[in-house]
Amino acid sequence: MKGSVQEFISEAEELIEDVNKNLLTMQDTFKQGIDPDVINSIFRSIHTLKGLSGLFGLRHITEFSHSLESFLDELRLGKVTLDSEVIGFLFSNIDILMRLFSDVEKGEKEGDVSGAIRDIEAFKGRVQGKVSGPSLEELGIDPTVVKVLSEYEEHRLKTNITDGKGIYQVQAIFGLTDFDKALEGLTNNIKAMGEVITTLPSSTGIPPGSIGFTIIFGSKERSDAFKDKLSGFEIKEIVQGKLSKPAAPSTTQDTATLKSITHTVRVDIDKLDRILNTVGELVLAKGAVHRISKEMSDSYGYTPLVIDVHKIAQTFERRLAELQDQILEIRMVPIGQIFGRLAQVVRRYTRDVGKEIDLELFGEDTEIDKLLAEEIIDPLMHLIRNAIDHGIEPADVRKASGKKEKGTVTLRAFPKGNRVVIDVQDDGAGIDMEKLVQKAKEKGLVSPGQSLERSEIIDLIFIPGFSTKDVVSEVSGRGVGMDVVKEKLSSLGGFIEVHTVSGQGTTFTLTLPITLAIIKALLIGVSTERFAIPLTSIAETLIIQADDIQTIEGKEVLELRGEMLSLLRVANVFRLEIRQSDRFFIVVVGFGERRMGMIVDEIYGQQEIVIKSLSDYLKGIPGLAGAAEIGKHEVILVLDVEALLEDAVQKKRLREDYKRK
Amino acid sequence: MKSILIVEDSVTTRSFIRAIIEDVGDLNIVEASSGFDALKALPSQPFDLIITDINMPDINGLELINFVKSNPQYKDIPLMIITTERSEEDRRKGMALGAFAYLTKPFKSEELQDIVRRALVL
Repeated sequence: MKGSVQEFISEAEELIEDVNKNLLTMQDTFKQGIDPDVINSIFRSIHTLKGLSGLFGLRHITEFSHSLESFLDELRLGKVTLDSEVIGFLFSNIDILMRLFSDVEKGEKEGDVSGAIRDIEAFKGRVQGKVSGPSLEELGIDPTVVKVLSEYEEHRLKTNITDGKGIYQVQAIFGLTDFDKALEGLTNNIKAMGEVITTLPSSTGIPPGSIGFTIIFGSKERSDAFKDKLSGFEIKEIVQGKLSKPAAPSTTQDTATLKSITHTVRVDIDKLDRILNTVGELVLAKGAVHRISKEMSDSYGYTPLVIDVHKIAQTFERRLAELQDQILEIRMVPIGQIFGRLAQVVRRYTRDVGKEIDLELFGEDTEIDKLLAEEIIDPLMHLIRNAIDHGIEPADVRKASGKKEKGTVTLRAFPKGNRVVIDVQDDGAGIDMEKLVQKAKEKGLVSPGQSLERSEIIDLIFIPGFSTKDVVSEVSGRGVGMDVVKEKLSSLGGFIEVHTVSGQGTTFTLTLPITLAIIKALLIGVSTERFAIPLTSIAETLIIQADDIQTIEGKEVLELRGEMLSLLRVANVFRLEIRQSDRFFIVVVGFGERRMGMIVDEIYGQQEIVIKSLSDYLKGIPGLAGAAEIGKHEVILVLDVEALLEDAVQKKRLREDYKRK
Repeated sequence: MKSILIVEDSVTTRSFIRAIIEDVGDLNIVEASSGFDALKALPSQPFDLIITDINMPDINGLELINFVKSNPQYKDIPLMIITTERSEEDRRKGMALGAFAYLTKPFKSEELQDIVRRALVL
């Protein structure tokens, strides 16, 4: 039963995530009117959770979710009025539920819930209203319809009628094999004009191989307004609307509520990793086949056999690329998944610190590798906390400087080539440069009189143990510093940039590869060695003549499109013999203000590689990210571009210190 | 071999129910994760028992029961409801529509097995 406990926990997590998402929607939209689908969907998630925990003998969680479910039931049946207090109350109860589940996941005993249940009962008693009304039969609904309506559907039907909406019925016949798609289309059309109350399947008088549906819906529009949208279907008015208005512009409704778990399979990410590893090995084999076919044509010319081998090699390559893409696609999740979790932290957090913050989310559909998504959530959380604690000013300060009192934190994700960019932006005070320098001087990181460039000052925040606030707040001070954030990103093959404008706010831009699994790399030659550089960190490559390299203050630089690019001889980093030549290749790495040109002797081309970690013996060497196998059983080292950039920046500083002395 | 259709939107509950009734004997168990799925599964083979939840995202269990019971081809298939104790009104309606038994979650494995044996005349 162990497997199923895990399955249970992951289904429970999914359900809670859904609830959170829906609560956020509810919070954003309840003032414009309640979408009954959202409340009902929350109710259903909690209902399922309760059933599940009952099956697994989790008594406390069952009792707690039961209590929560009855509250939600009253809410969806209109016995409790929805307001921000109710939403806040629901949020805090979902937090409790999450804690209970995380205890179970850790194998601990379920926490005590009696207090929490009492709270729900008390709250319910306080906000409960009274509803009563005529029965549906009295309102003119066919008893044969009423008998199949669930209590909730009955309630929705009544609400629609008492709101003065017309009740209509649409008959449709679809093929038995693909009715769900067709029905979804029809339902969406109806949803744009009103509320679908129930969908009744029927087979009486329906030709074989088909299935009939009767959809009952409520709408304020007159039936002639539906004619176009529902052309081809038979529409009947059951209850006449009281305030029929001419067709109003249809509101676009979220149609994603019919989320069905029918076609999904939950797979342990480890299993996907194993498949990917196998594919990784195949990629190597593909390289070998390719090489063999080339060697064959070189030695024997294009004999029929050689052409055959060529063809097979090409097919192999194409299919493998497809397979690889498909597997990578499976690993992708919309980043909205982690945004949702972050939104929750922000809400809890702002409540704890008493700052009002709007969290704006953009690009939730952007896809990212599941593993990366999980790895990036902590750094993001840290950045957001930081923005709330240090970035956004207190309300009175904001007001005084003419800003709106409520601060805004924006999370924005978008794909950029084979990378994903995530911005964490606040509209706070911006980073106080003078204070940073002051602090750095106090700590002895900067010598008095030393002048730093703007980018160097900002880089100070990434130095371990560097913090501008003397009192580490309860909230952001959890032993994680910006240095950890940066390190994490670097270990994921990404990097972080900071853009800050005094008085306007700060933006942290995180750039990540879309996936960690198989990466494209550029193979380069330095002296007698070959290395691989991940393509994600490369901006461009150039060929230059030896005399293009200038020396400024003992430092090699290259003028590139009017800007000075500092150069790094990879041969020097690894103490390799420098090859004498009048022609070099420059691999420009890094982005934005942190760029550097790496001087290499050869560029061999691109190859897909699977990075394996280095043995302990080699682990300590800075500048190496790992090793990769490339054809002919040759192993090459993969450069850690971030570390090399770092090193170059530090050396620059050292050099300047030395000059000063 | 007797065939059973389980209609339930929670994957865990579904596999839980399957695990319990697999102990009853050699059965062909078909799972449907929604009412729509069930409508598609029904014509695929003759079923000897349908076990359904009430609260589901597309059509609810009551609508499914009504569909089965009003269709001459399926109306003799015994139908049982598994639901939570909260939905008393819904359960009552389900029984009125022609379900022959119901269980409320949480339930004991033996209870479910008994009902299944009874329905399949095992």
